[in-house]
Amino acid sequence: MSVDQEPRDLPGADQPNGRGKTAALAALALGIGGYVAAAVALSRRRESARASMHDSAPGRTARRARFGGYSVVGRTVTIRKPRQELYDYWRDFANLPRFMESVKEVAVEGDLTRWTIAAPAGRTVSVETRIVEDRPGELIAWRSTEGSDIDTEGRVHFKDARGGRGTEVEAIIAYKPPAGELGRLIATLFQSEPALQGRRELKRLKMLMETGEIATSRNHRERTEGDTP
Amino acid sequence: MRALTWQGVHDVRVETVPDPEIVNPRDAILRVTSTAICGSDLHLYDGVIPMVKPGDVLGHEFMGEVVDTGPGSTLKKGQRVVVPFTISCGNCFFCEKELYSACDNSNPADKQDMSEMLYGYAVSGLFGYSHLTGGYPGGQAEYVRVPFSDVGPVVIPDGLEDDKVLFLSDILPTGWMAAENAAIEPGDVVAVWGCGPVGLFAIQSARLMGAETVIGIDHHPHRLELASQLGAETIDFRQTDVREALREMTGGIGPDAVIDAVGMEAHGLAADNLIDRIKQGVGVGADRGHALRQAIMAVRKGGRVSVPGVYGGFMDTFPLGALMEKGIEVRTGQTHVQRYTYDLLRRIGEGEIDTTFLISHHLPLEEAAEGYRNFKTKQDEWTKVVLRPH
Ligand SMILES: NC(=O)c1ccc[n+]([C@@H]2O[C@H](COP(=O)([O-])OP(=O)(O)OC[C@H]3O[C@@H](n4cnc5c(N)ncnc54)[C@H](O)[C@@H]3O)[C@@H](O)[C@H]2O)c1
Ligand SMILES: [Zn+2]
Ligand SMILES: [Zn+2]
Repeated sequence: MSVDQEPRDLPGADQPNGRGKTAALAALALGIGGYVAAAVALSRRRESARASMHDSAPGRTARRARFGGYSVVGRTVTIRKPRQELYDYWRDFANLPRFMESVKEVAVEGDLTRWTIAAPAGRTVSVETRIVEDRPGELIAWRSTEGSDIDTEGRVHFKDARGGRGTEVEAIIAYKPPAGELGRLIATLFQSEPALQGRRELKRLKMLMETGEIATSRNHRERTEGDTP
Repeated sequence: MRALTWQGVHDVRVETVPDPEIVNPRDAILRVTSTAICGSDLHLYDGVIPMVKPGDVLGHEFMGEVVDTGPGSTLKKGQRVVVPFTISCGNCFFCEKELYSACDNSNPADKQDMSEMLYGYAVSGLFGYSHLTGGYPGGQAEYVRVPFSDVGPVVIPDGLEDDKVLFLSDILPTGWMAAENAAIEPGDVVAVWGCGPVGLFAIQSARLMGAETVIGIDHHPHRLELASQLGAETIDFRQTDVREALREMTGGIGPDAVIDAVGMEAHGLAADNLIDRIKQGVGVGADRGHALRQAIMAVRKGGRVSVPGVYGGFMDTFPLGALMEKGIEVRTGQTHVQRYTYDLLRRIGEGEIDTTFLISHHLPLEEAAEGYRNFKTKQDEWTKVVLRPH
């Protein structure tokens, strides 16, 4: 997942305004950090050399951004809880299926985590990730291992929110489905509306953390397909 | 249980649906004793609010007896409660600021997408009011599930019968907030478009807040009569040129504050309204904004525009120039009901506010469809319908 693998697909190669090129340069400069690192870097306020970037918005909000064939989705949500508490909750990966609807199971073995993710047509997809960075109270980053169905990396960042409003939780995920039938399956699973999925998940996390429950309009305990009964 | 369900435009039916149960820890279940039909329900009835599905249970003005509680509820079985139509968690940034209808956590995550697309950010959940605001089954039913029951419901002391307190669920706080948003000062003239339930309560509230003159505008004689019984002067827009009249009735200055208690389905044959009506008819998300346009034109320079009337989409030929050039202040929103309930309950208890004058009809739940039809087509006499499910 380094930039060299797919130089033609560099972000914004087709963008005339220079913003995308800057993203590409940033990705190159960051090299081994990979695309998430590039996306995260771009999400920081404009610091120095990237003078041709005209604003301080996160790179992923560029009108067109591609990170070497990877799709990058990211979303920030502010949660009224201290960041250590949110970090601790997330770091215990067994908690994640509570608010990530498509994650069916999480098994942790040492620094490896195996995720079972529901896919269309009753199939499941398996992803194994390794933690690549872990800063308590601040950040967790992971990357998929060779044996995964999806080539993916991601990180979640916890920052104190302005004005004592709690914590800004920023999650960024880059992924590239494999070729073939499984790839198409995964593409429908994630690429249909990956941003949508991500933002729903963060909102559920927020509900759980702030209110102790996840809002639903269902009037019955047993899970039914679709909407209100 | 029996419940009033939406089936399509001008088609609502009482049907048998499964009883609700406790789903989340903070839930409670009520046995509904009284529930009203609201002008907002007419927007659903007329099909001008998107994302309503056949089978959805309507109703956001209700009260009843607590029959079941989750472990996180603070209510007790047997208590009588009135429930705000806004579902609010009480924990989020917005609830903390008492902006309850902006609650971040009550609109289910998968229902927020549409709201976000239309409005930029998702609004709170509401009972029985389309999937834009959560798709929660409403209270025009024998039973209802109330989420966050430790935050919203108001426990009613014995001795205050349903008709006196039911409207704490929506229209009384809505009229009150409408008047509050008009930022009334002593000596002010306040003009109110629409003398339906919301307009009438806005008139009553504006008087209590010290407006010297309140002018009610409508075309239904009986509704105008109720307005004058509350101490308002009146204008019948069918017979009178509203803007001309308002100018003359205010010494040429114009009203200090105006309240649009009509919303997206304004009546009238003015050209702007006819064009809006066609657009609304073909479903292009257009709101019919004749009353609001007129209110903005009529208000004095530097005046205040308060908009309790509901709008859901877009509006053409909006008098933006008048708004800017006159330096007008606009305040609006779905009511932050929980902000007002206890104060208003006290005023009801002390006899300062009476709400029972409004009710024209009591019907059993089984006759709800007839209630909708008449509340829509015989507005003049059918001022407010209260359904009794038990
Ligand atoms: N903001 C909130 O939280 C909130 C809460 C409840 C209701 N509402 C909204 O308030 C509005 C009024 O509710 P209601 O229950 O009183 O409804 P209603 O339909 O009973 O009353 C509306 C009144 O407006 C009158 N009207 C129509 N066109 C007019 C015009 N051009 N000029 C003057 N009057 C006109 C009608 O004759 C009618 O009497 C609705 O839009 C409703 O959705 C908002
Ligand atoms: Zn209402
Ligand atoms: Zn809230």
